[in-house]
Parts: sequence; structure tokens; C-alpha cells
Amino acid sequence: MEIDLLTVESARTAILEKQISASALVGSFYQRIEAEDAAIGAYLTLCKERAYKQAAHIDALADKGDDLPPLAGVPIAIKDVFTTRDVPTTAGSKILQNFVAPYDATVVSRLESAGAIILGKTNCDEFAMGSSNENSGFYPVRNPVDHTRVPGGSSGGSAAAVAAGTAVASLGSDTGGSIRQPAAFCGVVGLMPTYGRVSRYGLIAFASSLDHPGPFAKTVQDIALMLQAIAGHDPFDSTTADIAVPNYGDYIGRPVTGLKVGVPAEYFDEGLDGEVRAAVELGIQELKNAGAEIVSISLPHTPYAIPTYYVVATAEASSNLARYDGVRYGLRASGGKSLAEMYRRTRDTGFGAEVKRRIMLGTYVLSAGYYDAYYLKAQRVRSLLSRDFDQAFTKVDVIVTPTTPTPAFKLGEKTDDPLAMYLADIFTVTADLAGVPGISIPCGKSKEGLPIGMQILGRHFDEATLLQVAHVAEHALAARP
Amino acid sequence: MVSDKDVSYVADLAHLDLTSEERARMLRDLNSILAYIDRLNQLDTANIEPMAQVASRYGEPKDKAGEFSYALRADELSPCLPREGALRNAPVSDGTFFKVPKVIER
Repeated sequence: MEIDLLTVESARTAILEKQISASALVGSFYQRIEAEDAAIGAYLTLCKERAYKQAAHIDALADKGDDLPPLAGVPIAIKDVFTTRDVPTTAGSKILQNFVAPYDATVVSRLESAGAIILGKTNCDEFAMGSSNENSGFYPVRNPVDHTRVPGGSSGGSAAAVAAGTAVASLGSDTGGSIRQPAAFCGVVGLMPTYGRVSRYGLIAFASSLDHPGPFAKTVQDIALMLQAIAGHDPFDSTTADIAVPNYGDYIGRPVTGLKVGVPAEYFDEGLDGEVRAAVELGIQELKNAGAEIVSISLPHTPYAIPTYYVVATAEASSNLARYDGVRYGLRASGGKSLAEMYRRTRDTGFGAEVKRRIMLGTYVLSAGYYDAYYLKAQRVRSLLSRDFDQAFTKVDVIVTPTTPTPAFKLGEKTDDPLAMYLADIFTVTADLAGVPGISIPCGKSKEGLPIGMQILGRHFDEATLLQVAHVAEHALAARP
Repeated sequence: MVSDKDVSYVADLAHLDLTSEERARMLRDLNSILAYIDRLNQLDTANIEPMAQVASRYGEPKDKAGEFSYALRADELSPCLPREGALRNAPVSDGTFFKVPKVIER
């Protein structure tokens, strides 16, 4: 069995038809991780005991001839920003290096209840702050397609594990593009669901009004299966909406005839790489050939999205990260004589450069005298950005754009210039700010063989239409010579 | 423009010390990022409501109990993290409390 080619669908079928046991499948994945992952660095922690226990449970169900749950025996990986009971959970930060979570995130327990097997925790930028995975407190992740290039970030490990075939699917989180951007760079599918569709309980907070958990997989169909398992109201997260979850599988395979696809001019400006532009224009052409109506639209406030994001996100981060003080969990630096000195030494030692930069920026924009000028101003512009989408979605059903302005860049290329790194998320932050769902699907390759991603954005809680359109585009693109 | 003094003030608020090298780099980076953020002032937002969260955008389902009623729950006892679990990750504890350096000086 070529396990690197397995999808959620085919892995489940293999277990169901007893071509392989869940335990044997898990064993094969750990062998593959041992052989392949040293060169990539996608994993931070393997949780073998937990994985084999879950595999034995699935095998027992299969032996009894019971109905198997929807993700039975599917080996997955979890970004290390989600808490996993009795398993180290670091958020990619030295300050949480020895933290062992006392409870499971809702998404983790839902995936396990659906039968998935958690192989391990994946590497990421520290506290999910970064676009290249070079801000990991432990080691960078390398792009499986080209080891000299970044996998994107912050969920770089989760994207790379799926691309390298060391997990069938995975879970990430998206605050400014952290699922869609690495999906584009690694050539896999990544979905950011609507804000409030998937629980954040047990997701280590970066920016609470922007953090979205979501899946990575090889196919749109697999994304639908993963989303089905994690979507829905959670009493432990009061921002999850009590809105019915449709059966996403019903939308896979539906034609796009008559659907209106918006193409915003602002996402195709002079900053866009020529090869990315050509690839995405071909993707749009495929949707037109499939019967969709292509409509030119405008999202006029797009140029203000990155500055808005870096005010809102850092303000929320500075507040969320105040909890890392060396008292209740995580690192405590030695030698602090007073409480205040202990706090400072702990935070100075435990946080990396980018996290400190964002805490400083966030504290600054919230501080007396600057709150109105920066924080409130950015929140007002966030309203304008959101209205852009509200207005666009009165005219179109989905919006199609490039996911990133360029394919994957080289390690070290942007590490000295934080602003250049931030601009890697220029096409993805808008959806986080508006809370609308977005998916990135592979859309051809550059001449150098680097994957290119096409992004599809939809209305709040309309992941079904996103998946419908993404599936049609995926199949049309795959059929292209 | 952010000054050295501002960097010290904000670091203090954020409970960070920062080395002199980190402070110099921070001064440079904050000024470059804030200069970029200043483009927000090109927009007149005098009559625009600030947006703090997303739920206000899509309109919540309303029932008899009112908006956001799903976010409320009955005030009933339910299991929570036991003390051992809560203290397990403590850097220093006496088994009952988290221990910290002395807070009040005599």
C-alpha cells in the first residue's frame, strides 16, 4: 500500500474492507515519519501510545462488524496550538516547552470521536505568528516540494505533513492566512471555515476575534469529511454559532452551472507574480467552462487589510499572551527576586523575537494616547473591509483570487524584514478580518515546479458552496494536460 | 515616531526587559511597521462603527430568549479540572497553591 497517496476516503475504505488494520496502518505511518520527517521537520511530538490505543479501538470495532465512524482509522496530525490531554502542547514556543495539556481541544475530541487517529503534533510558527514557519521556537519546517523553500506559515508543519504523505489529513489554525497560505505553498487543500463554525476551545489563543481552526487534506472531498467532524456549536466556546451544519458531502459533485463567481480587481494588481496570475486566470477559465458566470467585482478597501490586521491582531495578542507569566504553567526563569522581575525574566527568556515584536506593537497601539488613533481606527476600517464582502456577496456566490502573491520563497529570504514577511498574507488577511470562509486549492505549478494556490471565498456559513465550487475547479484542473 | 523612551515604557507595560540590541531593533521595526499602518489615516472613518467581533456581521438567529441565547447555559454544577490537574504544570507549587516570589516587602 502506498500510504503517501492515501486520502481520508481511501484510508477509511482500506480499514472498512480490511485491506489493512488500523494498527498496521499507524505502524506504517510512523515508519514513514521516521524515514522522511528528519529532512522536513513537520512534527514536534509523536503520540504513539495514544495513536495505537485508538487504532486498537477501531480494529476492535471492525472485528465485531460494527458500523465504523466516518473517519475510522484515518491517521491525522494536529497543529501544536491545540491542546491534547497528556500530550505535550507547545504552540511552537519555548515558553510552553514542558507544558502537558490537561484537557483536549473540542476539535481534537471531535476528530477522535469520529474515529481519526492522531499521529502527533505539528510544528508551527511560535504562537502561530509567522508566514514561513521560521519563527518556530524549535526548528523550521522545510517545504516537501523543495527543501530550500519555506512551507508557509504558521501551520507549516500541518501543510507539510499532508504534502509529504506523513499524515493523511491535518488540523491547522488561520488568523491571517495560516491555513490557506501554507496549503498554497505545499500544494495541498486548506480550508478556513467561517468564524463561529468551528470551536476554538483548547486552541491556544493568538488573536481571539480572528483565530479559525480548520483542516488540511489532499482533496476537497477529504476537506468536506474533516469539516463535517469538527463543525458545529460548542457549549465551551460561546462564539460558536448555533446554526445547523449541512451535510457537506451532498455538495461534492454538484455542478456550478449558473453560480456567480466574483473576480476582484484588487487581487490582481502589479504586485502579483506573473506565473501565479496566469495559473489563477486559467483556474477561473475552468470554472467558466464548467458553466459558472464570471463577474468582475471590487473589494475597494483591500489595500488597508494588512495595516488593519497588524493593529487588531497584535492588540489581541498582547492581551492573550499576558497569561505567560511563569506562575501557573510553562517556563519560569530562575533568579527573579521580585514577582515583577520573575515575570520579565520568564517572558524575556521564553518568547522569540517575532512574538516580542507583536506584543510590543500590540501593547503600543492599546496604550494611553494611542488607543483611538490606532486600535479604534483599525476596528473602524475592519467594518469597511467587512462591508466590501457584504456588498460583493449581494452580486456573487463566491469570490476567486490567488491565495498568495508568489509561490513559496526561500528560507531566510524575508527573515530580516518583518514588513515584507507580513505582506505574504496580503490576499488572505481580508477573509480573517471579515470572518468569511476561504479555501485554497492547488492550481498548477510554476516553471520551477512550485505549487500555486487558488483561493475561493464564500458567504458566512456557506462552506457548502465553497466546497462545491472548489471540487469542480479541482477536477477540471486535474484533467488539464 | 516611536522613541527610545517609548520602547522602554511599552516594554515595561508588557513585562519585557529586552536587551539593548533588542531595543534598537524594536525601535527600527516598530517605526517601520507604524509608518505602514499610518496609511489607515487616508480613510475617513468618522461615521463608521468599530468592529470588535464577527458575529455582529451575520446577524444571530433570534429566539424567545433573545440574541446570543445559545451562548448562555444553565447555572449548574458540572465536572471541572481537579486540583492535581490544574497544578500539574505549575513551575513551583506546594500541592495546594501556586508559589511565587515574595510580593509584599516588609
